[in-house]
Amino acid sequence: MSEKIATRDAYGRALVELGKKRQDVVVLDADLSCSTKTIHFAKAYPERFFNMGVAEQDMMGTAAGFALAGKTVFASSFAMFATGRAFEIVRNSIAYPKLNVKICASHAGLTVGEDGASHQTVEDIAIMRAIPNMSVIVPADGVETAKVIESIADYPGPVYVRLSRAASPILFPQDHLFQLGRSQVLREGKALAIVACGLMLSYAMEAAELLKQQGIEVSVLNMASIKPLDEKTLKEVADYCGGKVMTVEEHSIMGGLGSAVAEVLAEYGAYQVHRVGVRDEFGQSGKASDLLEHYQLTPHHLVKQAQSLI
Amino acid sequence: MQPIQDPEKLKEIARLLRIDCLKMLHQAGCGHTGGPLGMMDLMVALYFYAMRHDPKNPHWEDRDRFILANGHTCPALYVVLAYAGYFPKEELQHLRQLGSPLQGHPKRKVEWGIEMSTGSLGQGMSIGNGLAMAARLDARDFITYSFHSDGEAQEGMLWEAAMTAGYRGLDNRIGILDDNGIQIDGYNKDIKDVSPLKEKFEAFGWLTRSIDGNDMEAIMAALDWARLREGKPKMILAKTILGKGVSIFENLPKYHGVAPNDEELAIALKELGGL
Ligand SMILES: Cc1ncc(C[n+]2csc(CCOP(=O)(O)OP(=O)(O)O)c2C)c(N)n1
Repeated sequence: MSEKIATRDAYGRALVELGKKRQDVVVLDADLSCSTKTIHFAKAYPERFFNMGVAEQDMMGTAAGFALAGKTVFASSFAMFATGRAFEIVRNSIAYPKLNVKICASHAGLTVGEDGASHQTVEDIAIMRAIPNMSVIVPADGVETAKVIESIADYPGPVYVRLSRAASPILFPQDHLFQLGRSQVLREGKALAIVACGLMLSYAMEAAELLKQQGIEVSVLNMASIKPLDEKTLKEVADYCGGKVMTVEEHSIMGGLGSAVAEVLAEYGAYQVHRVGVRDEFGQSGKASDLLEHYQLTPHHLVKQAQSLI
Repeated sequence: MQPIQDPEKLKEIARLLRIDCLKMLHQAGCGHTGGPLGMMDLMVALYFYAMRHDPKNPHWEDRDRFILANGHTCPALYVVLAYAGYFPKEELQHLRQLGSPLQGHPKRKVEWGIEMSTGSLGQGMSIGNGLAMAARLDARDFITYSFHSDGEAQEGMLWEAAMTAGYRGLDNRIGILDDNGIQIDGYNKDIKDVSPLKEKFEAFGWLTRSIDGNDMEAIMAALDWARLREGKPKMILAKTILGKGVSIFENLPKYHGVAPNDEELAIALKELGGL
């Protein structure tokens, strides 16, 4: 795997492209534009960029106002503050009136790294997924991030996009297609269905490769669109794998991708869903790679987990 | 709509709408009574004197915008919108009923003149700022009004937004703060005194004017002042009487959040000349 790019960087670039094409796009940030990468948009289109200062609640309320006036609004901060501090504004002033605000939040999950637990949200997917009208997307690489931004700009409603600080390998070709509510099967194998999102997709693919070397063929499903969830493909792949499913996410196993998958499959009957993620604990300081190792999310850990299921 | 210039006519509308408001709340059997009665004069002056809007064209892009930040007082908004002709008056009797667009707290429905969903206190000022910033960006000349309350001023987010409007000098932005001194648990001064509001807003970069919010002539003058663009957002600090117009409700915290019963309604209607 050659090229690496953080999804937040891809977001920053995609916004500039979008701003060129669409005059109705405005971008808000809360004093983190250098980190969320909205700084690129700010430089390209200063009149359409609004730095709201360290005031995430005010930013979300202001975003709602811009949307009422017909703008396509992108609002960015760290995932912790966008979904945590501003939760109730997002819920009541953005999702309830179904306004056209895209909450694109970076620094999600453990791979924030050295800043530690106060900044490492492992519950944002759960929180956002629970809100009616809110869509939730976790792009897996830079290419997919760009496609996501293009796609949601044309969708008139609230969307949460979870982005990462850490660089990750490019997995998809430039002609990769993203659609809300659609997943992609990236590998086919009958032993187990691995369902992953975000940074964990590349690890899932690596794990699948390692398993193959042991003669075990697994399926890998990219579930970037967590809500709406591609129930049809999920069920097909799960059936193909004899009902054995393993979800992988850089998020708590409560309420995130694993929960979303388990909830759906539980309604259909006999499936075994093993959720790999953060097990009801907070993160801590450390290098992103060390943290993923510590929390047992790296490919060889995934291999071990998979083996125990097969 | 053509503005009504005659304060006597506006006062008469306020009287009629207080009656509608009480009947509606009585019918619903629950809801907030005190706030809406106290702010009725302000609401009537806004919708029938100051604001540029057209009930026949609710989506008009250049209409002035109104955000009711203290959403619990929506009965006052609903009767004003019905009177203006946004929706049939009969709909008022369905307040708070299953399926009715007239929710217990406002739910956005632009066709009916309800610009935004509100109810969670403290959010409306930011929303109004976003509208005003968008207007400025597009060089549109509509004004964004937001309505606030003294209890709401205890919410931190309101001050984040006040700072934004002040810092950005949003002079297409008018706030009205209904300062009746009462909130749910009692008198504001006994819970967490929000005063001095004038000094606070001025320190945040607003121009302010303090008025008697139940004096129609004073309200009209303040709104004339507020619509002048003077490089800063404007805040009208309106002292009002909770429950205004009905002696048994006036200034009593109890009536912040309960609807009138049969007996209270009868007394109220008599006092307001509604029988
Ligand atoms: C964020 C939030 N917290 C609490 C409430 C519940 N609540 C509704 S009205 C109110 C009192 C507000 O005081 P004020 O607006 O001054 O009341 P009024 O003038 O109508 O008596 C409270 C606490 C709410 N609606 N929103």
